[in-house]
Amino acid sequence: MHLALFIIFGLMCLGGAANLLLQRHPINSALSLIVVMSSLAVLYLLLGAEFLALAQIIVYSGAIMVLFVFVIMLLNAGEEERTHGSRAAYLAGIPGVMALFAVLTSTFFTLRTSFGSARLGGFLVTTEDLSRVLFRNLLLPFEVASILILVAILGAVVLAGKER
Amino acid sequence: MNVLVFILLSLLKVAVVTVIFLTAVAYTVLLERKLVGRIQNRWGPSRVGPFGLLQPLADGIKLFLKEDLMPDEVARPLFILAPIIALSCALISIGVIPFGENIRWHGVDMFQIADLNIGLLVILGVTSIGVYGIALSGWSSNNKYSLLGSLRSTAQMISYELALGLSVIGVVLRTGSLRLRDIVNVQNTHGILSWNIFGGLQLIAFFIYLTAAFAETNRTPFDLPEAESELTAGYHTEYSSMKFAMFFMAEYANMINVGCVATLLFLGGWSSPFGNLLPALGGPVMQALLPVFWFVAKVFCFLFLYVWVRGTLPRFRYDQLMGFGWKFLLPLAIANVMVSSLALAFRG
Repeated sequence: MHLALFIIFGLMCLGGAANLLLQRHPINSALSLIVVMSSLAVLYLLLGAEFLALAQIIVYSGAIMVLFVFVIMLLNAGEEERTHGSRAAYLAGIPGVMALFAVLTSTFFTLRTSFGSARLGGFLVTTEDLSRVLFRNLLLPFEVASILILVAILGAVVLAGKER
Repeated sequence: MNVLVFILLSLLKVAVVTVIFLTAVAYTVLLERKLVGRIQNRWGPSRVGPFGLLQPLADGIKLFLKEDLMPDEVARPLFILAPIIALSCALISIGVIPFGENIRWHGVDMFQIADLNIGLLVILGVTSIGVYGIALSGWSSNNKYSLLGSLRSTAQMISYELALGLSVIGVVLRTGSLRLRDIVNVQNTHGILSWNIFGGLQLIAFFIYLTAAFAETNRTPFDLPEAESELTAGYHTEYSSMKFAMFFMAEYANMINVGCVATLLFLGGWSSPFGNLLPALGGPVMQALLPVFWFVAKVFCFLFLYVWVRGTLPRFRYDQLMGFGWKFLLPLAIANVMVSSLALAFRG
């Protein structure tokens, strides 16, 4: 059951990602990205991370992607033309990607035993467990991350206000 | 526990809840027309059936039999998908809402479809996905009124979602859980005195939730997405027949959902306002159904408030709407979170 769901949503995630690249209209690409984000949320849920799954839906699928769609609608972006791309990209890109893939695969297979394993389903990381780890053991990194986000917000405000 | 019995009972439960919910949606429309009629000193619908009680049925048949028009230049798949997203998101939320005490029959919870640890977050998540229905409908219609309506609606929903999310934090802090049943169980010790709105000192949070919920459901005084004097009908201008009906149903279903969530979070859910002052009347069946009665009564009061506000308040201007959301509600919600958490930390 868990495995079947994992396969279904994993394939959905990959399909959405491929569709994101192949679509010519920005809004269709944005919608495929929403599918990717939402199926990732289901994968988190299968791994027992319920809070993370819902945070993924609320923050990524719900808030960030709405802003993407909003901007596409506001700019009324049209269809993009399909270009052939440069020769250099074909010559260097395809072997490069294949080499990277080969390196990653070989590393993964050699280090397979030391990764540990994650089981599908059967257990649950409750919100209480998560917050206990987050606010006791990892309090400093958490606060540093929040300051980083605050700085980013201030930067966005300054950049947006410059035009006037 | 027999698996087959469990599946059958669960399916039955889903069917019953969906039918009751859709009927409630239809009759909320009638309630609104009747009440707004009385507020404006006229009768409202009164011809179909006694007191116009069969009007929703007549409306449904009319919408079902209308011709389904589709303009030429629309983005077809999205045009069809948009009302489906809107309605299905509105219908999913009811699945996690508990209506009464946790009474089990053959191991199946009688008054809730799914009891989730993170029920509150699921409702927030589904609401945030529901925005796409409106955004896509306006974009795919290829009509400037629709596009402006959906842009307004999307911007408004993003802005007020923040205040909505922050307003429920005080309640979650008091409960220490995101499970909706736990949230109600904290509130049912001393009747009305232990409801979150009074006993939990969340009166300000309730005000914030109420305002943000009106904006989230695109209702007066925040119904700018369908301001008919400027935008004809807003995002559903190009829709007809059942596709229009789906948007219409989604709007009213969202009203009921918001009423249910407000009842659970602030008004004590299914708990009686008199606490244990009322003697336990009747048999076990009566005792099981009485909480459901309180729940429905509270949701009804909330819907009445919705219609009352619509009959009373004028529409906001768009800059007023944004200013109110960002400069007043959001800081107030943050202050409420800080004061609530300080009070809770001080007390225990």
